[in-house]
Amino acid sequence: METKYISKNGLNEWFSQIVKSGKRVYAPVEERGKVEFKKVQALSEVAEEYIQTTQSIKSAVFPRAEVLFSYEKENGNVKVEDFNPDTVKETVLWKVHPCDAAGFKPLTAIFNWDYTDKLYNAHLEKTTLVTFSCAKADKSCFCTSVNGGPGNTSGSDVLLTMLPDGGAIVEILTPKGEALVQLAASAFENDKGEDKSKYLADVPLAFDLEEVRARLATAFDSPVWKEQSERCLGCGACAFVCPTCACFDIQEDAHGSKGKRIRCWDSCGFSLFTLHTSGHNPRAVQSQRWRQRILHKFSYMPDRLSVFGCTGCGRCSRACPVDMNILEHITSISKK
Amino acid sequence: MDKLREKAAALLADGTVTMVLGYEEGTNKPRPVFCHTAEQASKLVYSSQCINNLAVYLTKKDIMGAGKVAVIATIPTLRSILQLSVENQLNEDNLIVITVTDKDEVKQFANFAEIEAYIADFQLKLEGKEQEIINKLEGMSREERFKFWMEEMSHCFKCYACRAACPLCYCTKCIVEENRPQWINPWASPLANMEWQINRAMHMAGRCTGCGACGDACPVGIPIHLLTRKMIEDLAPEFGFTPGQPSKNGNALSTWKADDKENFIR
Repeated sequence: METKYISKNGLNEWFSQIVKSGKRVYAPVEERGKVEFKKVQALSEVAEEYIQTTQSIKSAVFPRAEVLFSYEKENGNVKVEDFNPDTVKETVLWKVHPCDAAGFKPLTAIFNWDYTDKLYNAHLEKTTLVTFSCAKADKSCFCTSVNGGPGNTSGSDVLLTMLPDGGAIVEILTPKGEALVQLAASAFENDKGEDKSKYLADVPLAFDLEEVRARLATAFDSPVWKEQSERCLGCGACAFVCPTCACFDIQEDAHGSKGKRIRCWDSCGFSLFTLHTSGHNPRAVQSQRWRQRILHKFSYMPDRLSVFGCTGCGRCSRACPVDMNILEHITSISKK
Repeated sequence: MDKLREKAAALLADGTVTMVLGYEEGTNKPRPVFCHTAEQASKLVYSSQCINNLAVYLTKKDIMGAGKVAVIATIPTLRSILQLSVENQLNEDNLIVITVTDKDEVKQFANFAEIEAYIADFQLKLEGKEQEIINKLEGMSREERFKFWMEEMSHCFKCYACRAACPLCYCTKCIVEENRPQWINPWASPLANMEWQINRAMHMAGRCTGCGACGDACPVGIPIHLLTRKMIEDLAPEFGFTPGQPSKNGNALSTWKADDKENFIR
């Protein structure tokens, strides 16, 4: 790991060299009153004043809908065309926040748990994360309570901390990050020894994560799930904006003798998620689905994958139509 | 506010109801709350900021239980209650409906007929910004309109918050989850998303009361409520109902008469 400095002009130069290299660049763009990641060509397109994109960047490695394979039957023979990792393009994710970058650790753990997921890993291999430290936060943010922070480096290839002069402290964290820096090596200067902590948002510690985990270990039958989830409408907004939610459904796009098998996002909040063919639903009511969401992120994932399934980005709280505020709910569990 | 809290507390204390649905302070604005005890009624708030349509909970059996409940209803919630009632989804004997009037008085309705009389004074209006978009869309050619909605639909990731927030989307199995046959492609893509929204709008034809909960719920900011809202404007004169109020002639999608006008066929 190496730390450097880049000036405002240097940043422009580096960005244009990245675009020139032919890599796809996705960055936050403001449109229709929302800030979302979008393919960009110039630094001027990138949004400035915002706390958080509505959606996380997980779609870069786990798209909403992706073809697993396609098939065609002809004269009794079936021709199968499998997903081809070579079709995945080199991608740079620009101005990701540390909470989004941190989401790659749980995602990677899930997609390599009992099976090495070819699609996810193909995307990940060709993705470079240029993360920007957060200078601002809002009351939905709680990264510091879930092992993260506004200047956290987990998951990132390069971390930039913006300075008042328009330049940035550049932490080069991985060989991928180093390779990206090499695209415009002359744009980088020696580290000026600035302390990045001065430029980070203040995100107060809200709860003790291990305390939460300990309490959840015996909370399966707690009345808390019903109390907290009464207003939950059972939509998938929280799961779909989440940087770590990875549940998917497999669907068939069949047309006579040919078709495609498609993987698409799913959510444990949906009532049909666990419905069996028999008609039995082990999670028949919303409180059981809410319990699953919380236990999966704060109990099952740390138990099985040694990583928590929440990065404190607060997106679920902001997206929820009925204000299911996860920070408030987890804080209240930690104090029960 | 005190009068509302007192009213709710009294209903809970004397056992008239098992639960009061209302609003409490939330992160940025009031949110739905379920009061089970008289003490919990002290959390209740009421203001123009209360935008969630609480009628959505009235058809959820696991939330409502078997007992009598009270609901604190805004004007849009009252409209939805009436529509649910004509669709035989509510038991009038098991529901107490309360509202807070313009004069800050707490009003308990004796029955659904009284609600109908009360909301007759409140015309369903489009907000300026919404009217502006509708005007813009009306000024477009069919191709331009399709392009506009396809662009909007490209943002949809099929979380179904629109469906979940709608008091009139109470089917236990939605058409999008039917797979024999698969009526609508279930994955998120602009056309598959459009298929879903067209179906949603059609199923709302003549039923939507224009509360806007679908649009408010959309996390990616698609103005989907305008589809159903425009449908009201188009259907009301044809089917002879007042926007926001239940049609006396059955709903447009499921009612057929031999003398139905066919002037829509061009």
